[in-house]
Amino acid sequence: MRIMIGKIGQWFDRRLQLAAPIREAVQHRIPRQTASWWYVFGSAALAVFMLQIVTGILLALIYVPSAAEAWSSLQALNHDVTLGWFIRAMHGWGSNFMLAIVLIHMMQVFLFGAYKFPRELTWIVGIFLLLMTLGMAFSGQVLRFDQDAYWGLGIGASISSRLPILGPAMVRLLLGGPIIAGATLSRFFALHVFVLPGLLIAFVGLHLLMVLTLGINEWPMPGRVVKRATYVSEYHELTKNDGAPFFPYGAWKDLFFAACVILAVAACALYFGPFGPTGQPDPTIIPTAPKPDYFFLWLYALLSLLPPSLETPALLIGPVVVIVGLLLLPFLSGEGEKSWTRRPIAVLTVLLIAITLGTFTHLAEFAPWSPHMSAWSGDPVPVRLLHGTTALQRQGALVFQVKQCRNCHSLGDSGGQRGPALDAVAVRLTQDQLIRQVIQGGGNMPAYGKNLSPAETTALVAFLETLHPAGQAPARDASRDAVLSDNQVKSSGGQPKD
Amino acid sequence: MSDETTLSRRGFFTKMGILFNGMVAAALAVPMVAFLLSSIARGRGNGYLSWVPVGRVSDFPEGQTRLATFRNPFVMPTDGKTVDTACWVRHIAGDQFQVFAINCAHLGCPVRWFQQSGLFMCPCHGGAYYRDGSRASGPPERGLFEYPYKVQDGMVNIQAGELPTPGAAIAALTGEKPSCAS
Repeated sequence: MRIMIGKIGQWFDRRLQLAAPIREAVQHRIPRQTASWWYVFGSAALAVFMLQIVTGILLALIYVPSAAEAWSSLQALNHDVTLGWFIRAMHGWGSNFMLAIVLIHMMQVFLFGAYKFPRELTWIVGIFLLLMTLGMAFSGQVLRFDQDAYWGLGIGASISSRLPILGPAMVRLLLGGPIIAGATLSRFFALHVFVLPGLLIAFVGLHLLMVLTLGINEWPMPGRVVKRATYVSEYHELTKNDGAPFFPYGAWKDLFFAACVILAVAACALYFGPFGPTGQPDPTIIPTAPKPDYFFLWLYALLSLLPPSLETPALLIGPVVVIVGLLLLPFLSGEGEKSWTRRPIAVLTVLLIAITLGTFTHLAEFAPWSPHMSAWSGDPVPVRLLHGTTALQRQGALVFQVKQCRNCHSLGDSGGQRGPALDAVAVRLTQDQLIRQVIQGGGNMPAYGKNLSPAETTALVAFLETLHPAGQAPARDASRDAVLSDNQVKSSGGQPKD
Repeated sequence: MSDETTLSRRGFFTKMGILFNGMVAAALAVPMVAFLLSSIARGRGNGYLSWVPVGRVSDFPEGQTRLATFRNPFVMPTDGKTVDTACWVRHIAGDQFQVFAINCAHLGCPVRWFQQSGLFMCPCHGGAYYRDGSRASGPPERGLFEYPYKVQDGMVNIQAGELPTPGAAIAALTGEKPSCAS
């Protein structure tokens, strides 16, 4: 039997002549210290990418890339086709895992100085791989053709339209016409299924080829400095003296980690299930609060928090600066120390970026800047705030509710957070300031002057004046008190006290 | 056979072959690129904009703002429900209307009308607009997009056919709204 298999193998290799190069690639020597758990993320990303290809092809057997039918074909996948929900869930979770692993891989490469000479091009190809992975994530979200996809495309179109001169043309190129419609989905399908995967496969091949020909980055040692003149011979010396064949020395950790990651994807898919689809992509259904997928939430938050005047420049210039910066990195610091212990700025940069993205993502998850559309009808004024109030003040609470103030202002921890919480507003603002703020707005609050009758304003302000913590006096206008007491004294004919 | 200065027969034919392939590729690139960019060219001169009805005048009580829907003037068989679009119709008085796009001027999310407070509010980033469409607060840099309208035979018609974005033709047609609470 063994002899038989050997003979068949020889027959094929005679014709293919692949055994020798494969053996050479698999057995190439790597520095001993790189057989580390820190070096498993690249191969894990490749494993998830292969999973995405397989599950993607399976989904394409059922999915219909037509704006009229995509949503119902997703429903069929979720509910009618055997295990369709599981394949969808694997593909969705696989996408999240792939982006996460690619980012971790990139961070590791950066901190280990692996982008330095002679691996500059490997890093640059990696940047393109990252951009394509992001492109896959966005186009994949569009193929899940639901309300989020529809309005997400609108956001994409709005951003593109801000390009000077080319804006409107870019929008029509992106959408395949003047509106989001059938042609839009078809072109995102072509991107997601043909263009980007084709490019990804080609670039992954190039990336891997360079890892093989240039050798894996050695474990960075403080003081072992990269010099263009001597690096290559030093590296060969290292692999010769302190090296080991990649298989099995380093490969077993890659294999274990890749299997764990795929298992984790499957576990998430089993436990959490597929993503959406949310409501039908029907633009006449407007009670919807579209949100992007997890990996674009930070951008969603940034777009809310940037001052309006900075938004367009930041959107147009920001990505260019980031991408050019990443591409130039190996040329700006192609030599020198690789060890993170000697590169404090690199470590701080990674921390800063991680904290920034994490904070924005966290903010976007509960979107404090969006009005709570149903707070005015759903969150009543807490009863304790109405104890011992006058009829006028209670009328004011009613105005507060009916005029949708609650959508942006919280009372007792319920309601919107767009504006400040008003539980203690009377401590901050005097009666006159309250009236002015309500009527004229300001500080990002709309003016309500045209929407409130004088009686309503009086009642509302009377209610707002009751909103102060027990034992803390409301704000008073001292000068007004003085004038009033002065008048009282005059009218009663007595003398001022002092 | 050949040195650097003379051109051999085979060398000549190889070069001609490359040139020939280049010419064929260039000739085919013209229709291919034209096909790829046709979605841009189609929009030139606003030829895709057209008048569509959004409802009878009597559907919109004076002094109120109501949601209306219309169908995009151009429909492809695979468009499904995406060609049905909503808009806010404000009947000021008589034949005076304002028809607002549903899309927030910030990033295009669907704004909702709140009759009681007289505000349009956006669910995405908290943009707010007054009843006349002018900007009230939040990140938008301008007021709501307005469709050009005309009243004919008791019907309100709007000129539609394009997703309103800050750089779009519809935005240019109606111009910017002042950002004050007038």
